[in-house]
Amino acid sequence: MTAPQRPPLRPASRPGHGLGLAGYLTAFAGITAREVLRFAHQRERFLAALVRPLVWLFIFAAGFRAVLGLSITEPYQTYVLYEVYVTPGLCAMIQLFNGMQSSLSMVYDRETGAMRTLLVSPFPRWFLLGSKLVAGVLVSILQVYAFLLIAWFWGIRPPPLGYLAVLPALFLSGIMLGALGLFISSAIRQLENFAGVMNFVIFPMFFASTALYPLWRLRDSSPLLADIAFANPFTHSVELIRFALYLRFDPVAFAVVSGAAILFFGAAVFMYDPSKGLWASRKR
Amino acid sequence: MIHEGPPALDIADLSHAFGPVQALRDVSFTVPRGAFVALLGVNGAGKTTLVSLITRLYDSTSGTIRVAGFDARRQPGEALARLGVVFQSRALDADLTLRQNLRYHAALHGIGRREAAARIDEVLALVRLGDKAGARVSTLSGGQQRRAEIARALLHRPELLLLDEATAGLDLRSRAEVGAVVRDLIATQGVSALWATHMMEEVAPEDRVVVLHRGEVRLSGRASDLGGSLSQGFLALTGEQA
Repeated sequence: MTAPQRPPLRPASRPGHGLGLAGYLTAFAGITAREVLRFAHQRERFLAALVRPLVWLFIFAAGFRAVLGLSITEPYQTYVLYEVYVTPGLCAMIQLFNGMQSSLSMVYDRETGAMRTLLVSPFPRWFLLGSKLVAGVLVSILQVYAFLLIAWFWGIRPPPLGYLAVLPALFLSGIMLGALGLFISSAIRQLENFAGVMNFVIFPMFFASTALYPLWRLRDSSPLLADIAFANPFTHSVELIRFALYLRFDPVAFAVVSGAAILFFGAAVFMYDPSKGLWASRKR
Repeated sequence: MIHEGPPALDIADLSHAFGPVQALRDVSFTVPRGAFVALLGVNGAGKTTLVSLITRLYDSTSGTIRVAGFDARRQPGEALARLGVVFQSRALDADLTLRQNLRYHAALHGIGRREAAARIDEVLALVRLGDKAGARVSTLSGGQQRRAEIARALLHRPELLLLDEATAGLDLRSRAEVGAVVRDLIATQGVSALWATHMMEEVAPEDRVVVLHRGEVRLSGRASDLGGSLSQGFLALTGEQA
Protein backbone atom coordinates (compact mmCIF):
# COMPACT_ATOMS: atom_id res chain seq x y z
CA MET A 1 0.00 0.00 0.00
CA THR A 2 1.47 3.37 -1.00
CA ALA A 3 0.74 6.07 1.52
CA PRO A 4 0.24 9.62 0.33
CA GLN A 5 3.02 11.96 1.46
CA ARG A 6 1.90 14.43 4.06
CA PRO A 7 3.78 17.22 5.78
CA PRO A 8 5.06 16.33 9.27
CA LEU A 9 2.93 17.29 12.24
CA ARG A 10 3.82 20.71 13.53
CA PRO A 11 6.38 20.19 16.28
CA ALA A 12 5.48 20.68 19.91
CA SER A 13 6.23 24.20 21.13
CA ARG A 14 8.57 22.91 23.84
CA PRO A 15 9.37 19.57 25.46
CA GLY A 16 6.95 18.55 28.16
CA HIS A 17 4.60 21.20 26.83
CA GLY A 18 1.26 21.85 28.44
CA LEU A 19 2.10 20.84 32.01
CA GLY A 20 1.96 24.35 33.51
CA LEU A 21 -1.00 25.70 35.43
CA ALA A 22 -2.98 26.11 32.19
CA GLY A 23 -2.22 22.48 31.36
CA TYR A 24 -3.51 21.32 34.74
CA LEU A 25 -6.69 23.34 34.29
CA THR A 26 -7.15 21.95 30.77
CA ALA A 27 -6.70 18.40 32.02
CA PHE A 28 -9.15 18.96 34.87
CA ALA A 29 -11.72 20.51 32.51
CA GLY A 30 -11.28 17.62 30.07
CA ILE A 31 -11.77 14.94 32.74
CA THR A 32 -14.85 16.76 34.08
CA ALA A 33 -16.33 17.23 30.61
CA ARG A 34 -15.94 13.52 29.92
CA GLU A 35 -17.70 12.55 33.16
CA VAL A 36 -20.58 14.90 32.38
CA LEU A 37 -20.81 13.62 28.79
CA ARG A 38 -20.81 10.02 29.97
CA PHE A 39 -23.48 10.83 32.50
CA ALA A 40 -25.57 12.58 29.84
CA HIS A 41 -25.32 9.47 27.67
CA GLN A 42 -26.50 7.24 30.51
CA ARG A 43 -30.04 8.47 31.10
CA GLU A 44 -30.94 5.29 32.93
CA ARG A 45 -28.15 6.02 35.42
CA PHE A 46 -29.66 9.43 36.11
CA LEU A 47 -33.13 7.94 36.48
CA ALA A 48 -31.89 5.20 38.80
CA ALA A 49 -30.04 7.76 40.89
CA LEU A 50 -33.24 9.76 41.21
CA VAL A 51 -35.77 6.97 41.56
CA ARG A 52 -33.93 5.29 44.43
CA PRO A 53 -34.24 8.16 46.95
CA LEU A 54 -37.68 9.07 45.65
CA VAL A 55 -38.95 5.59 46.41
CA TRP A 56 -37.61 6.00 49.93
CA LEU A 57 -39.20 9.41 50.23
CA PHE A 58 -42.60 8.66 48.68
CA ILE A 59 -43.13 5.15 50.01
CA PHE A 60 -40.87 4.35 52.93
CA ALA A 61 -40.99 7.74 54.63
CA ALA A 62 -44.72 8.16 54.04
CA GLY A 63 -45.36 4.68 55.44
CA PHE A 64 -43.24 5.18 58.52
CA ARG A 65 -44.47 8.68 59.26
CA ALA A 66 -46.99 7.40 61.74
CA VAL A 67 -44.73 4.73 63.23
CA LEU A 68 -41.55 6.72 63.75
CA GLY A 69 -42.29 9.68 65.98
CA LEU A 70 -39.48 12.19 66.31
CA SER A 71 -39.00 14.70 69.09
CA ILE A 72 -37.31 18.00 68.30
CA THR A 73 -33.85 17.15 67.01
CA GLU A 74 -31.08 19.58 66.07
CA PRO A 75 -30.90 21.41 63.69
CA TYR A 76 -34.70 21.48 63.48
CA GLN A 77 -36.41 24.17 65.60
CA THR A 78 -39.69 22.34 65.82
CA TYR A 79 -41.27 18.95 65.24
CA VAL A 80 -40.75 17.81 61.66
CA LEU A 81 -42.40 15.20 59.55
CA TYR A 82 -40.43 12.02 58.99
CA GLU A 83 -40.07 12.88 55.28
CA VAL A 84 -38.34 16.10 56.26
CA TYR A 85 -36.01 14.21 58.58
CA VAL A 86 -34.91 11.62 55.99
CA THR A 87 -34.37 14.05 53.11
CA PRO A 88 -30.74 14.96 54.03
CA GLY A 89 -30.01 11.25 54.48
CA LEU A 90 -31.39 10.57 51.03
CA CYS A 91 -29.19 13.34 49.59
CA ALA A 92 -26.18 11.60 51.14
CA MET A 93 -27.51 8.30 49.83
CA ILE A 94 -27.39 9.67 46.29
CA GLN A 95 -23.78 10.61 46.86
CA LEU A 96 -22.94 7.26 48.41
CA PHE A 97 -24.35 5.41 45.40
CA ASN A 98 -22.70 7.84 43.01
CA GLY A 99 -19.34 7.31 44.72
CA MET A 100 -19.73 3.56 44.39
CA GLN A 101 -20.96 3.94 40.80
CA SER A 102 -17.80 5.90 39.98
CA SER A 103 -15.81 3.17 41.63
CA LEU A 104 -17.60 0.57 39.53
CA SER A 105 -16.90 2.53 36.36
CA MET A 106 -13.22 2.73 37.30
CA VAL A 107 -13.04 -1.03 37.69
CA TYR A 108 -14.80 -1.34 34.32
CA ASP A 109 -12.42 1.21 32.78
CA ARG A 110 -9.51 -0.79 34.12
CA GLU A 111 -10.82 -3.98 32.56
CA THR A 112 -11.45 -2.34 29.18
CA GLY A 113 -8.22 -0.35 29.07
CA ALA A 114 -9.71 3.15 29.38
CA MET A 115 -8.15 3.48 32.83
CA ARG A 116 -4.72 2.94 31.35
CA THR A 117 -5.08 5.92 29.05
CA LEU A 118 -5.84 8.08 32.08
CA LEU A 119 -2.87 6.77 34.02
CA VAL A 120 -0.37 7.19 31.15
CA SER A 121 -1.05 10.91 31.07
CA PRO A 122 2.09 12.86 32.07
CA PHE A 123 0.27 14.55 34.94
CA PRO A 124 0.88 13.23 38.47
CA ARG A 125 -1.35 10.37 39.42
CA TRP A 126 -2.77 12.10 42.52
CA PHE A 127 -3.93 14.93 40.25
CA LEU A 128 -5.56 12.58 37.71
CA LEU A 129 -7.36 10.63 40.42
CA GLY A 130 -8.34 13.83 42.22
CA SER A 131 -9.74 15.33 39.02
CA LYS A 132 -11.76 12.21 38.34
CA LEU A 133 -13.02 12.33 41.90
CA VAL A 134 -14.08 15.98 41.71
CA ALA A 135 -15.74 15.40 38.32
CA GLY A 136 -17.79 12.57 39.83
CA VAL A 137 -18.78 14.77 42.77
CA LEU A 138 -20.04 17.51 40.44
CA VAL A 139 -22.26 14.94 38.73
CA SER A 140 -23.57 13.75 42.11
CA ILE A 141 -24.39 17.34 43.14
CA LEU A 142 -26.52 17.74 40.01
CA GLN A 143 -28.40 14.61 41.03
CA VAL A 144 -28.93 15.87 44.58
CA TYR A 145 -30.34 19.20 43.38
CA ALA A 146 -32.70 17.39 41.01
CA PHE A 147 -33.88 15.32 43.98
CA LEU A 148 -34.28 18.39 46.22
CA LEU A 149 -36.35 20.04 43.50
CA ILE A 150 -38.78 17.11 43.39
CA ALA A 151 -38.81 16.98 47.19
CA TRP A 152 -39.81 20.66 47.22
CA PHE A 153 -42.96 19.77 45.29
CA TRP A 154 -43.56 17.01 47.87
CA GLY A 155 -43.65 19.70 50.55
CA ILE A 156 -40.12 19.42 51.88
CA ARG A 157 -39.04 23.03 51.90
CA PRO A 158 -35.88 23.97 53.77
CA PRO A 159 -35.02 27.70 54.00
CA PRO A 160 -34.26 29.07 50.49
CA LEU A 161 -30.73 30.00 51.55
CA GLY A 162 -30.26 26.43 52.71
CA TYR A 163 -30.07 25.35 49.07
CA LEU A 164 -26.96 27.50 48.72
CA ALA A 165 -25.49 26.70 52.12
CA VAL A 166 -25.72 22.97 51.45
CA LEU A 167 -23.50 23.21 48.35
CA PRO A 168 -20.11 23.11 50.16
CA ALA A 169 -21.44 20.37 52.44
CA LEU A 170 -22.48 18.32 49.42
CA PHE A 171 -19.09 18.90 47.84
CA LEU A 172 -17.15 17.77 50.91
CA SER A 173 -19.45 14.84 51.52
CA GLY A 174 -19.20 13.82 47.84
CA ILE A 175 -15.41 14.00 48.00
CA MET A 176 -15.32 11.76 51.06
CA LEU A 177 -17.69 9.16 49.61
CA GLY A 178 -16.09 9.35 46.15
CA ALA A 179 -12.63 8.90 47.68
CA LEU A 180 -13.93 5.82 49.48
CA GLY A 181 -15.18 4.51 46.13
CA LEU A 182 -11.81 5.27 44.54
CA PHE A 183 -10.04 3.37 47.28
CA ILE A 184 -12.39 0.42 46.90
CA SER A 185 -11.90 0.41 43.12
CA SER A 186 -8.14 0.08 43.62
CA ALA A 187 -8.64 -3.01 45.74
CA ILE A 188 -11.19 -4.78 43.52
CA ARG A 189 -9.67 -7.10 40.98
CA GLN A 190 -12.72 -7.91 38.88
CA LEU A 191 -16.07 -6.38 38.08
CA GLU A 192 -17.80 -9.49 39.42
CA ASN A 193 -16.47 -8.73 42.91
CA PHE A 194 -18.44 -5.52 42.97
CA ALA A 195 -21.59 -7.17 44.33
CA GLY A 196 -19.67 -7.56 47.58
CA VAL A 197 -19.35 -3.79 47.79
CA MET A 198 -23.13 -3.52 47.89
CA ASN A 199 -23.38 -5.99 50.75
CA PHE A 200 -20.36 -4.97 52.77
CA VAL A 201 -20.10 -1.23 52.16
CA ILE A 202 -23.24 0.48 50.88
CA PHE A 203 -25.92 -1.25 52.97
CA PRO A 204 -24.06 -1.24 56.31
CA MET A 205 -22.96 2.37 55.83
CA PHE A 206 -26.45 3.51 54.99
CA PHE A 207 -28.44 1.58 57.58
CA ALA A 208 -25.98 2.04 60.45
CA SER A 209 -26.18 5.80 60.19
CA THR A 210 -28.45 8.69 61.08
CA ALA A 211 -29.90 8.78 57.56
CA LEU A 212 -33.15 7.08 58.63
CA TYR A 213 -33.32 7.64 62.39
CA PRO A 214 -31.61 10.04 64.79
CA LEU A 215 -28.78 8.89 67.00
CA TRP A 216 -30.79 9.19 70.24
CA ARG A 217 -33.42 6.84 68.87
CA LEU A 218 -30.73 4.34 67.87
CA ARG A 219 -29.25 4.61 71.37
CA ASP A 220 -32.66 3.85 72.87
CA SER A 221 -32.79 0.51 71.09
CA SER A 222 -29.07 -0.41 70.99
CA PRO A 223 -26.21 1.63 72.48
CA LEU A 224 -23.73 -0.46 70.50
CA LEU A 225 -25.50 0.33 67.22
CA ALA A 226 -25.52 4.00 68.18
CA ASP A 227 -21.74 3.88 68.78
CA ILE A 228 -21.24 2.17 65.43
CA ALA A 229 -23.40 4.80 63.75
CA PHE A 230 -21.42 7.58 65.41
CA ALA A 231 -18.15 6.05 64.19
CA ASN A 232 -19.58 5.70 60.67
CA PRO A 233 -18.33 8.61 58.52
CA PHE A 234 -21.54 8.42 56.48
CA THR A 235 -23.46 9.54 59.57
CA HIS A 236 -21.36 12.70 59.61
CA SER A 237 -21.96 13.26 55.90
CA VAL A 238 -25.68 13.11 56.60
CA GLU A 239 -25.42 15.50 59.55
CA LEU A 240 -23.18 17.93 57.67
CA ILE A 241 -25.79 18.09 54.90
CA ARG A 242 -28.71 18.24 57.34
CA PHE A 243 -27.22 21.12 59.33
CA ALA A 244 -26.15 23.06 56.23
CA LEU A 245 -29.56 22.66 54.65
CA TYR A 246 -31.04 24.37 57.72
CA LEU A 247 -28.31 27.04 57.82
CA ARG A 248 -26.38 25.53 60.69
CA PHE A 249 -22.79 24.30 60.91
CA ASP A 250 -21.85 21.03 62.58
CA PRO A 251 -18.11 21.25 63.45
CA VAL A 252 -17.83 17.58 64.47
CA ALA A 253 -19.37 16.39 61.22
CA PHE A 254 -17.14 18.76 59.27
CA ALA A 255 -13.99 17.48 61.01
CA VAL A 256 -14.90 13.82 60.59
CA VAL A 257 -15.90 14.16 56.92
CA SER A 258 -12.76 16.19 56.11
CA GLY A 259 -10.51 13.74 57.94
CA ALA A 260 -12.12 10.71 56.33
CA ALA A 261 -11.87 12.35 52.89
CA ILE A 262 -8.12 12.92 53.34
CA LEU A 263 -7.63 9.40 54.67
CA PHE A 264 -9.58 7.66 51.87
CA PHE A 265 -8.00 9.76 49.12
CA GLY A 266 -4.51 9.21 50.51
CA ALA A 267 -5.16 5.46 50.63
CA ALA A 268 -6.47 5.48 47.04
CA VAL A 269 -3.42 7.37 45.75
CA PHE A 270 -1.18 4.92 47.60
CA MET A 271 -3.00 1.97 46.08
CA TYR A 272 -2.74 3.39 42.56
CA ASP A 273 0.95 4.25 42.93
CA PRO A 274 2.97 2.12 40.47
CA SER A 275 5.59 1.28 43.06
CA LYS A 276 3.27 0.73 46.02
CA GLY A 277 -0.13 -0.70 46.81
CA LEU A 278 -1.81 -3.58 45.04
CA TRP A 279 -1.03 -2.31 41.55
CA ALA A 280 2.65 -2.94 42.13
CA SER A 281 2.28 -6.59 42.97
CA ARG A 282 -0.35 -7.94 40.64
CA LYS A 283 -0.76 -8.65 37.00
CA ARG A 284 -3.77 -7.16 35.26
CA MET B 1 15.03 12.44 7.82
CA ILE B 2 17.93 13.04 10.24
CA HIS B 3 17.46 11.78 13.78
CA GLU B 4 19.57 13.18 16.59
CA GLY B 5 19.66 12.72 20.34
CA PRO B 6 19.28 9.72 22.60
CA PRO B 7 17.38 6.64 21.43
CA ALA B 8 13.58 6.83 21.49
CA LEU B 9 13.61 3.94 23.95
CA ASP B 10 16.49 2.48 25.91
CA ILE B 11 15.80 -0.51 28.14
CA ALA B 12 18.64 -1.86 30.26
CA ASP B 13 18.70 -4.96 32.47
CA LEU B 14 14.98 -4.79 33.11
CA SER B 15 13.47 -7.43 35.39
CA HIS B 16 10.05 -7.73 36.90
CA ALA B 17 8.29 -10.27 39.07
CA PHE B 18 4.66 -10.65 40.12
CA GLY B 19 5.20 -12.20 43.52
CA PRO B 20 7.00 -15.47 42.88
CA VAL B 21 6.42 -15.35 39.10
CA GLN B 22 9.35 -13.89 37.17
CA ALA B 23 7.69 -12.08 34.24
CA LEU B 24 10.78 -10.39 32.76
CA ARG B 25 14.46 -11.18 33.24
CA ASP B 26 17.35 -8.85 32.31
CA VAL B 27 15.68 -7.44 29.21
CA SER B 28 17.85 -4.96 27.30
CA PHE B 29 17.33 -3.37 23.88
CA THR B 30 16.95 0.02 22.24
CA VAL B 31 14.58 1.59 19.76
CA PRO B 32 16.62 4.08 17.69
CA ARG B 33 14.96 7.32 16.66
CA GLY B 34 12.90 6.96 13.54
CA ALA B 35 13.00 3.16 13.65
CA PHE B 36 10.31 0.51 13.59
CA VAL B 37 11.14 -2.25 16.05
CA ALA B 38 9.01 -5.35 16.24
CA LEU B 39 8.75 -6.96 19.66
CA LEU B 40 7.91 -10.49 18.71
CA GLY B 41 6.69 -13.05 21.20
CA VAL B 42 4.07 -15.69 21.72
CA ASN B 43 1.22 -15.08 24.16
CA GLY B 44 2.56 -14.90 27.68
CA ALA B 45 6.07 -13.97 26.56
CA GLY B 46 6.00 -10.78 28.63
CA LYS B 47 5.17 -8.20 25.94
CA THR B 48 2.22 -6.64 27.79
CA THR B 49 4.18 -6.60 31.05
CA LEU B 50 6.97 -4.78 29.25
CA VAL B 51 4.50 -2.25 27.81
CA SER B 52 2.99 -1.75 31.27
CA LEU B 53 6.41 -1.06 32.74
CA ILE B 54 7.35 1.39 29.99
CA THR B 55 4.05 3.23 30.53
CA ARG B 56 4.54 3.31 34.30
CA LEU B 57 1.44 1.34 35.12
CA TYR B 58 3.74 -0.25 37.62
CA ASP B 59 7.39 -0.11 38.56
CA SER B 60 9.97 -2.65 37.52
CA THR B 61 11.73 -4.75 40.12
CA SER B 62 15.11 -3.67 38.68
CA GLY B 63 16.68 -2.10 35.60
CA THR B 64 16.09 1.18 33.79
CA ILE B 65 13.76 2.48 31.10
CA ARG B 66 14.59 5.69 29.27
CA VAL B 67 12.19 7.34 26.85
CA ALA B 68 13.98 9.88 24.64
CA GLY B 69 16.62 10.12 27.35
CA PHE B 70 14.20 10.56 30.27
CA ASP B 71 14.23 8.03 33.07
CA ALA B 72 10.69 6.67 33.35
CA ARG B 73 11.01 6.22 37.11
CA ARG B 74 12.69 9.52 38.02
CA GLN B 75 11.10 11.75 35.36
CA PRO B 76 7.78 10.03 34.67
CA GLY B 77 6.02 13.17 33.41
CA GLU B 78 8.74 13.93 30.86
CA ALA B 79 8.92 10.30 29.74
CA LEU B 80 5.15 9.87 29.41
CA ALA B 81 4.81 13.16 27.51
CA ARG B 82 7.01 11.63 24.79
CA LEU B 83 5.15 8.36 24.61
CA GLY B 84 2.03 7.53 22.60
CA VAL B 85 0.45 4.22 23.55
CA VAL B 86 -1.97 1.94 21.74
CA PHE B 87 -3.05 -0.69 24.23
CA GLN B 88 -4.15 -4.19 23.37
CA SER B 89 -7.63 -3.53 24.71
CA ARG B 90 -9.88 -0.75 23.50
CA ALA B 91 -9.32 2.55 25.28
CA LEU B 92 -11.82 4.78 23.48
CA ASP B 93 -15.26 5.41 24.91
CA ALA B 94 -17.68 3.67 22.55
CA ASP B 95 -20.60 5.95 23.50
CA LEU B 96 -18.78 9.15 22.59
CA THR B 97 -17.85 10.45 19.15
CA LEU B 98 -14.33 10.20 17.87
CA ARG B 99 -13.85 13.96 18.28
CA GLN B 100 -15.14 13.89 21.88
CA ASN B 101 -12.77 11.04 22.68
CA LEU B 102 -9.81 12.79 21.13
CA ARG B 103 -10.64 16.06 22.85
CA TYR B 104 -10.56 14.20 26.18
CA HIS B 105 -7.21 12.64 25.41
CA ALA B 106 -5.79 15.98 24.28
CA ALA B 107 -6.86 17.41 27.64
CA LEU B 108 -5.02 14.59 29.40
CA HIS B 109 -1.88 16.02 27.86
CA GLY B 110 -2.75 19.60 28.75
CA ILE B 111 -3.60 20.59 25.17
CA GLY B 112 -6.17 23.41 25.11
CA ARG B 113 -9.44 23.22 23.22
CA ARG B 114 -8.46 25.36 20.23
CA GLU B 115 -5.10 23.66 19.76
CA ALA B 116 -6.79 20.29 20.24
CA ALA B 117 -9.30 21.01 17.48
CA ALA B 118 -6.51 21.66 14.99
CA ARG B 119 -4.54 18.61 16.07
CA ILE B 120 -7.57 16.34 15.95
CA ASP B 121 -8.13 17.23 12.29
CA GLU B 122 -4.44 16.71 11.66
CA VAL B 123 -4.13 13.26 13.23
CA LEU B 124 -7.43 12.00 11.83
CA ALA B 125 -6.19 12.89 8.36
CA LEU B 126 -2.97 11.01 9.05
CA VAL B 127 -4.81 7.81 9.95
CA ARG B 128 -7.31 8.31 7.11
CA LEU B 129 -10.31 8.94 9.33
CA GLY B 130 -10.83 12.59 8.47
CA ASP B 131 -14.49 12.01 7.62
CA LYS B 132 -15.27 10.11 10.84
CA ALA B 133 -14.70 12.80 13.46
CA GLY B 134 -18.38 13.11 14.31
CA ALA B 135 -19.09 9.36 14.30
CA ARG B 136 -19.67 7.46 17.51
CA VAL B 137 -16.80 5.07 18.16
CA SER B 138 -19.26 2.18 18.44
CA THR B 139 -20.21 2.68 14.77
CA LEU B 140 -16.61 2.33 13.50
CA SER B 141 -15.24 -0.95 12.18
CA GLY B 142 -12.55 -2.81 14.12
CA GLY B 143 -9.82 -1.54 11.80
CA GLN B 144 -11.10 2.02 12.02
CA GLN B 145 -11.16 1.81 15.81
CA ARG B 146 -7.53 0.70 15.89
CA ARG B 147 -6.58 3.57 13.58
CA ALA B 148 -8.53 5.90 15.86
CA GLU B 149 -6.46 4.58 18.78
CA ILE B 150 -3.33 5.46 16.82
CA ALA B 151 -4.72 8.95 16.20
CA ARG B 152 -5.31 9.27 19.94
CA ALA B 153 -1.76 8.18 20.66
CA LEU B 154 -0.41 10.76 18.20
CA LEU B 155 -2.31 13.78 19.54
CA HIS B 156 0.44 15.02 21.82
CA ARG B 157 3.13 14.41 19.17
CA PRO B 158 5.05 11.67 20.91
CA GLU B 159 8.55 10.65 19.94
CA LEU B 160 7.80 6.97 20.47
CA LEU B 161 4.67 5.03 19.57
CA LEU B 162 4.13 1.95 21.65
CA LEU B 163 1.69 -0.50 20.09
CA ASP B 164 0.69 -3.59 22.03
CA GLU B 165 -0.93 -6.14 19.69
CA ALA B 166 -2.43 -3.26 17.73
CA THR B 167 -3.91 -5.58 15.11
CA ALA B 168 -5.34 -8.21 17.45
CA GLY B 169 -8.77 -9.36 16.31
CA LEU B 170 -8.60 -7.61 12.93
CA ASP B 171 -9.10 -9.14 9.51
CA LEU B 172 -6.21 -9.29 7.04
CA ARG B 173 -7.14 -6.10 5.23
CA SER B 174 -7.53 -4.06 8.42
CA ARG B 175 -4.24 -5.42 9.76
CA ALA B 176 -2.47 -4.33 6.59
CA GLU B 177 -4.08 -0.87 6.84
CA VAL B 178 -3.04 -0.36 10.46
CA GLY B 179 0.51 -1.53 9.72
CA ALA B 180 0.71 0.78 6.69
CA VAL B 181 -0.44 3.76 8.75
CA VAL B 182 2.28 3.19 11.35
CA ARG B 183 5.03 2.72 8.75
CA ASP B 184 3.76 5.84 6.97
CA LEU B 185 4.02 7.79 10.23
CA ILE B 186 7.61 6.69 10.71
CA ALA B 187 8.51 7.73 7.19
CA THR B 188 6.73 11.09 7.20
CA GLN B 189 6.58 12.15 10.84
CA GLY B 190 9.87 10.85 12.15
CA VAL B 191 8.31 9.04 15.10
CA SER B 192 9.69 5.73 16.29
CA ALA B 193 7.59 2.66 16.99
CA LEU B 194 7.79 -0.39 19.17
CA TRP B 195 5.31 -2.84 17.69
CA ALA B 196 4.52 -5.74 20.02
CA THR B 197 3.03 -8.70 18.18
CA HIS B 198 2.86 -12.46 18.10
CA MET B 199 2.43 -12.53 14.32
CA MET B 200 5.61 -13.17 12.39
CA GLU B 201 4.00 -12.02 9.13
CA GLU B 202 3.80 -8.46 10.48
CA VAL B 203 7.59 -8.21 10.43
CA ALA B 204 9.20 -6.79 7.28
CA PRO B 205 12.77 -7.74 6.29
CA GLU B 206 14.08 -4.23 6.99
CA ASP B 207 12.60 -4.13 10.51
CA ARG B 208 14.60 -4.50 13.67
CA VAL B 209 13.27 -7.40 15.72
CA VAL B 210 13.46 -8.31 19.39
CA VAL B 211 12.19 -11.80 20.14
CA LEU B 212 10.92 -12.14 23.69
CA HIS B 213 10.15 -15.52 25.20
CA ARG B 214 9.33 -16.41 28.79
CA GLY B 215 10.45 -12.95 29.85
CA GLU B 216 13.87 -13.07 28.18
CA VAL B 217 15.25 -11.65 24.94
CA ARG B 218 16.12 -14.69 22.82
CA LEU B 219 17.02 -13.01 19.52
CA SER B 220 17.52 -9.48 18.31
CA GLY B 221 18.74 -7.73 15.18
CA ARG B 222 17.53 -6.74 11.74
CA ALA B 223 15.03 -9.26 10.39
CA SER B 224 16.89 -9.64 7.10
CA ASP B 225 20.18 -10.25 8.93
CA LEU B 226 18.60 -12.87 11.15
CA GLY B 227 17.15 -14.51 8.05
CA GLY B 228 16.24 -18.12 8.57
CA SER B 229 17.26 -18.11 12.22
CA LEU B 230 14.46 -15.66 12.99
CA SER B 231 11.70 -17.70 11.43
CA GLN B 232 13.12 -21.01 12.63
CA GLY B 233 13.77 -19.65 16.10
CA PHE B 234 10.34 -18.14 16.40
CA LEU B 235 8.65 -21.26 15.05
CA ALA B 236 10.58 -23.31 17.58
CA LEU B 237 9.42 -21.01 20.38
CA THR B 238 5.85 -21.17 19.12
CA GLY B 239 6.05 -24.94 19.10
CA GLU B 240 7.51 -24.90 22.57
CA GLN B 241 4.59 -22.76 23.70
CA ALA B 242 2.08 -25.12 22.11
